[in-house]
Amino acid sequence: MSSTAEPVIRIEHVTKSYTSGMPVLRDVSLTVARGEVVVVCGPSGSGKSTLIKCVNALEPIQQGRITVDGEQVGGKGVNLPRLRARVGMVFQHFELFPHMRVLDNLCLAQCKVLGRSRQEAESRSEALLDRVGLKAFAGKHPGQLSGGQQQRVAIARALAMDPVVMLFDEATSALDPEMVSEVLDVMVELARSGMTMMVVTHEMGFARKVAHRVVFMDQGEVVEDSPTTVFFEGAQSPRARQFLSKILTY
Amino acid sequence: MSNFDFEIIGRSLGYLFFEGMRFTLTLTFLAAIGGVILGTGLAIIRLSGGRVLSAVAAGYVNLVRALPLVLVIFWFYFLVPYLGQWLTGSSRPIHVGGFASALITFIVFEAAYFSEIMRAGIASIPRGQAAAGLALGLTPLQSMRYVILPQVFRIMLPVLLTQTIVLFQDTSLVYVLSITDFLGAASKIAQRDGRLVEMYSFAALVYFIVSFAASRGVQRLRALIAVPR
Amino acid sequence: MHRHQGRAVGYNWNWGIFWEQSPEGNGTYLDMLVQGLGTTLLTAALAWIIALVVGSAVGVLRTLPGRTAPLLASAWIELFRNMPLLVQLFLWYFVFPDLLPTPWAIWLKQLPNASFVTAVIGIGFFMSARVAVQISSGIEALPLGQRAAATALGLTSAQTYRYVLLPMAFRIILPPLTSELLNTIKNTSVALTIGLAELTARARAVQEFSFQVFEAFTAATLAYLAINLIATLAARWLESRVRVPGYGKA
Repeated sequence: MSSTAEPVIRIEHVTKSYTSGMPVLRDVSLTVARGEVVVVCGPSGSGKSTLIKCVNALEPIQQGRITVDGEQVGGKGVNLPRLRARVGMVFQHFELFPHMRVLDNLCLAQCKVLGRSRQEAESRSEALLDRVGLKAFAGKHPGQLSGGQQQRVAIARALAMDPVVMLFDEATSALDPEMVSEVLDVMVELARSGMTMMVVTHEMGFARKVAHRVVFMDQGEVVEDSPTTVFFEGAQSPRARQFLSKILTY
Repeated sequence: MSNFDFEIIGRSLGYLFFEGMRFTLTLTFLAAIGGVILGTGLAIIRLSGGRVLSAVAAGYVNLVRALPLVLVIFWFYFLVPYLGQWLTGSSRPIHVGGFASALITFIVFEAAYFSEIMRAGIASIPRGQAAAGLALGLTPLQSMRYVILPQVFRIMLPVLLTQTIVLFQDTSLVYVLSITDFLGAASKIAQRDGRLVEMYSFAALVYFIVSFAASRGVQRLRALIAVPR
Repeated sequence: MHRHQGRAVGYNWNWGIFWEQSPEGNGTYLDMLVQGLGTTLLTAALAWIIALVVGSAVGVLRTLPGRTAPLLASAWIELFRNMPLLVQLFLWYFVFPDLLPTPWAIWLKQLPNASFVTAVIGIGFFMSARVAVQISSGIEALPLGQRAAATALGLTSAQTYRYVLLPMAFRIILPPLTSELLNTIKNTSVALTIGLAELTARARAVQEFSFQVFEAFTAATLAYLAINLIATLAARWLESRVRVPGYGKA
C-alpha cells in the first residue's frame, strides 16, 4: 500500500462528546487508503462504533475534520445524501427494511438516490444477490431469512450503490455463532476483490486473514495503529497486548 | 313499552340512512383521512422539526386534547366564517355550510389524537432503520416516507381504525349544530312525531351494531397484519 | 380577527363583557361561567366515582377464572363502549323512564335536577367500561406467579385481589386512569344536550346573550386548560406518592 496515495477516508483530530459526561472520541486521527482494509478493534465502550458512524455523519462531531474521497463530511455545500450514497454501511442489526422484499430493499436507494431505472436497479440487485449466494431469496421478506442471510443481503444492499468504501459496524456480533462464517466469507471475498473497507469487529481471524492494518482503540483514543503482522506479533502498547491476550486465549 | 311503534322506524328508514347515515359515514371517512394526514404531519414536525416548530406542534396537540369536542365544534362553527373572511380577504365573514364546518372541525380535532398515535408508532421503529436509510443516501424525508412510515402504518393500522370508530361515534355530536347526521335525522323524526323512545332506541341499536361489528373486524385485522421481521 | 379595509365587517372584541350583568339577573357573565365550571366539576366528580367503583368491579370480573364472569364483564364493556355518549344520555333521559312503571317514570321526569342525575349516571356508566378495560389489563400485566404465590399462601380469591393484585394494578394504570378522569371532565360537556348547565353550555349562553362569542369560548378554553393542568400535576404527585421503591423506573 503506497502511503502517498490520497486516502479514501481521512479522519483528523476528531473529538466528540455528548452533552453530559466524558468525551467518547478524543483527538482521533486515522486514514484508510484506496484498496486498503483497516480493522478497528477495542473493548466495548472504546468509541470504535461511534467513530465509524461519524464517517458518514450518522453521528455529528464537535471538533476535527473527516473527508471521504476528497469531500468534507458535513462541510458547507456538500450534499450529504450523495456523499452517504458513496459510502456503503453494514449495521450490527442488519437494518433491512422489514416491509419490503429483499429485492426492493436493494432497489430502493438505487432508484430514489442514484436515479436508476427500476429495470437497471433490478438487474444490478440480482447480480449482487447472486454474488452473496442469495439470488433465490429476492422475493422473500427479511423476516423469512436467517440472521446470516439477512446480513449478506445487507452487504449486497450497500454494494448496490457502487460505494467507494464499505463500513462494517460489528457486522457479525449479533449473529448466532454458526452463521458468523458465512458472513465473514462474503467480507473476505469482498476484501480480496480490492474493496476499500473499514471494519469494526472482534473477529481477529478475519483481521489476520485480510486486514492491511489494525487500529486499536480504548477510552475514545487510538492507542495503536500498526500493520497487521506487527500488531499480532508485537503490539506496542500494554493495553492492546492485554486486549489481545483476553480475546485470543479463549 | 306496550305501544312501541315499529312502523315509524320502517317508514323513516330511507330518510335515516340515505340522509342521516350517509352524512355520518361521509364525515367519518373524510375526517379520518384528513385527520391522519394532518396528524402524521404534526407527528413528524414534533419528532424532527426545529425547536420552535416542534413546540408549536406539541402545543397544538396538547391544547386540542385538553378541550371537549363539543366546545371545539362551537369554536369552529363561529370561527370558520371569520377564518374564511381572513383567508379570502373578503369584507364579510364567509358563510360556510354545516358539512364543511363539521368536516374542518373533526379534521382539526382528530388530527391531535391521530398525531399521538403516529408519534408512538414512529418512536416504536428501531432507530437503526432511519440510520440505514440515511446511510444509503436517502434524505431524512425520503427515509421517513419510504422506510419509517410504511412500517408505522402497518403497525398502527388497528389503532388508527379503532380511533376511527371513536370518530364515527363522535360525529353524533354535530347534533349540537342541528345538522342532519344519523342521530340528527332520528331526532328530527322523534320530535316531529313525538316518538322519542322508538327513534332513540333504534339509533342506539344501529350505532351499536356498526361500532361492534367494526371493532370485531379490527380485532381480526390485528392478527392478520403482523409485519414479518 | 384581522380587519382589512376600513369598511370591512370584523369582529368587535369586548373583554370587559365578563364584568357586565347578565340578563338572567343574578350576577355577571363571569358568574355564569363560574357556576358552569362548578357544575362541570361536580358532575364529573360524581360520575368518576361511579366509573371507578363499577369499572373496578367489572374489570375484576373480567379477570376471574371460569367463563360466565368474564363474559358478563365483556358484555358490559361492549355495551357501553359501542354507543356514542350522546346517544346513551338520550337513552337514559328519554327512553329509560318509559321502561319503568308509570308512577316511577312520572317521579323521575319531575325531578328538579333530572339532567344532572342523568348526566352523572350516564357518564359514570359510559366511563365505567373504559375504566374496566384499564383495570383488567393492569391485572393481566402482572406476572402470573403473583396470583399463584398468593394462592399458595392460602389467601382467598377476594384477598388475593384486595391485597396482592389490585394494589399493583392500580399503580400500573395510574397514568391511563388520569387521562380517563380528564375524559370524564371533558365528557360532561356532552350533557348540555340534555340541558345540563355546565361550562360549555354557559359559555354558549354568554354568546347567545351578549354575542361576544370568542371571549366566552376563550374563557371556557382557559378553564379547561387549567383543569387539565391541575389534574395532570395532581396525578403526577399521586404517582410519586404511591410509587413502589425499586419497581419499574426509579
